[in-house]
Amino acid sequence: MSHVSPYTKVRGGRRAAVGNVGRPPVGWALPGILFFAVFAIVPLAIAVYLSFCHWDGLNSPTPVGVDNWTRLFKDPEFRQAAWLSLLLTTVSWAFQTPVALLLGVWAAGRQRSRTFLSAVFFIPLLLSTTAIAMLFHALLDPNFGVIKQIGPWFGIDPNLMGSSTGALLTVAFVGGWQFMPFHTLIYQGGARQIPEVLYQAAAIDGAGMLRQFFHITLPQLRNTITTSSVLMIVGSLTYFDTVLIMTKGGPGTDTTILPYLMYRTGFQTYDLGYAAAIATALVIVATGLSLILVRFSGFGSMRSTREGM
Amino acid sequence: MSVDTRRAARPAPAAFRARGTAARRRRWGNPLAGLGSLVWLVIVVVPLYTLVSSSLMHQDEALSGDPLAFPTHPTLDNYNTVLHSGFFTLLGNTAIVAASTVAIVLVLSVPVAYVAVRTRSRLSSLAFRTFLLGVAIPAQAVIVPLYLLIGKMGLYDTLPAIILPTAAFAMPVAVLVLSGTMRDVSEEMYEAMALDGATPLRMLWQLAIPMSKAGISTVAIFSALQAWNGFLFPLILTQSQEKRVLTLGLFNFMSQFGVNIPAVLAAIVLSVVPIFAVYLVARRALVNGLMGVGGK
Repeated sequence: MSHVSPYTKVRGGRRAAVGNVGRPPVGWALPGILFFAVFAIVPLAIAVYLSFCHWDGLNSPTPVGVDNWTRLFKDPEFRQAAWLSLLLTTVSWAFQTPVALLLGVWAAGRQRSRTFLSAVFFIPLLLSTTAIAMLFHALLDPNFGVIKQIGPWFGIDPNLMGSSTGALLTVAFVGGWQFMPFHTLIYQGGARQIPEVLYQAAAIDGAGMLRQFFHITLPQLRNTITTSSVLMIVGSLTYFDTVLIMTKGGPGTDTTILPYLMYRTGFQTYDLGYAAAIATALVIVATGLSLILVRFSGFGSMRSTREGM
Repeated sequence: MSVDTRRAARPAPAAFRARGTAARRRRWGNPLAGLGSLVWLVIVVVPLYTLVSSSLMHQDEALSGDPLAFPTHPTLDNYNTVLHSGFFTLLGNTAIVAASTVAIVLVLSVPVAYVAVRTRSRLSSLAFRTFLLGVAIPAQAVIVPLYLLIGKMGLYDTLPAIILPTAAFAMPVAVLVLSGTMRDVSEEMYEAMALDGATPLRMLWQLAIPMSKAGISTVAIFSALQAWNGFLFPLILTQSQEKRVLTLGLFNFMSQFGVNIPAVLAAIVLSVVPIFAVYLVARRALVNGLMGVGGK
């Protein structure tokens, strides 16, 4: 072999003799790969194909060229849904990241109250999105929900779900309420891996708590922020259950985000080809946003995330 | 300032000062963050408290009274209503879905992760990358084709229609977590076993799997949780009442019970009880596993 990778060089000598003995055949991974391909990758490809078809769910799909896509770009409902999705994602990110970051860093410490509080914080993650959406639907009922009692204390109109801004913010809040423990854990794990020496050195140099946070904790958590943000983006683009149960896309169409528009188009008006186009657009938006984020925050971070996992 | 005078009078050694900071951090954490965590505690606890307390109320009390007050005459009637509304069918279906999902995910993901960690072939790293990307595929994006596919397979309105896609979508995270823990098994141990003439299968069975118990339990719990809480696949891929799972049943209770909010809340509580029991037993495994997702 003319080209020897540095890896091989390091691993030379006696080890090389053993090196390839007892390694599993790659074929062992095949069942898993095939299974995943059949139910996740192939459907993704079919979705793209269906987006060029007309399909009512009963007869066979018939190819119609780019009809769905030209319609998509002209459709004001789609434009609104795409805008609302972006808005919801931005609001969710802006709400969840600071809270999860602070909670996670705090929980990574050793204070005694931590274990108990972390256990309580975790509970929302155990509830299904369905249960949580129904719970908040009940709590926010303007006639007999808690909101009627507590709302006025904070200057919140009990008919929160009746206003378009209120409904969207509520969906973002409910999603945050559910997934905060997950992101907090991610940040907690990240914060645990910051070497204690850095803080000791900073303390010796007289850096206060705030400076330590901004000069050590935040930069060290850069990759964690990327990972968590990517998961938040994909997550909040798919707050489908919450919207279906809490707002049914309303008031009007003011919380009709992309997944809900897709569901309505596909499974209520049985325009499945067009729904597939919306779904494809959803994937493009999700992957696009994630890639921009990964680029923006440095190219190596996804790789090191992978190593951390 | 008292700190300054003390320092001027008797400069504390650097090590002592650093230790002092560490000790202070240990007791209080960052006071601001500590306060923030208390605020978040209220935000988490109030809805949960209302959920449980209102589920114990009579309907008229829930509709007219103070929802934050403890029920004046606690009652289990609502739970009774729910349990007599086909709750056990829902529970049984959900349990089948969750157990089968976990079984499929483990049987298929363990070899993938093992190959990803142990071989250096291009194919295995390609597979690993595909799973890494798989984390970002939203289930909504493939639901239309899955509807077609499941129909073509003749599985529409069966429990496998829910199980198979749920398992597939739980696999990316499973592979990532498993390969993370398997990577921690040292190469020397594999080599020692290889020198003893162990086959790859024996290495997997007697070394890799026992050493990655933590990852395996995380994956098991996490996929069970995903299956237990799944909504979209059951909603689209099943139809009949006998095939309904808990989440879908809950959604249905909402229209069935109408304004009987205490009954709806009781149903929610009942749906959480089993998963909560698992959580109490396996908290450490779940929490530690999820913490690793963030990377370094």
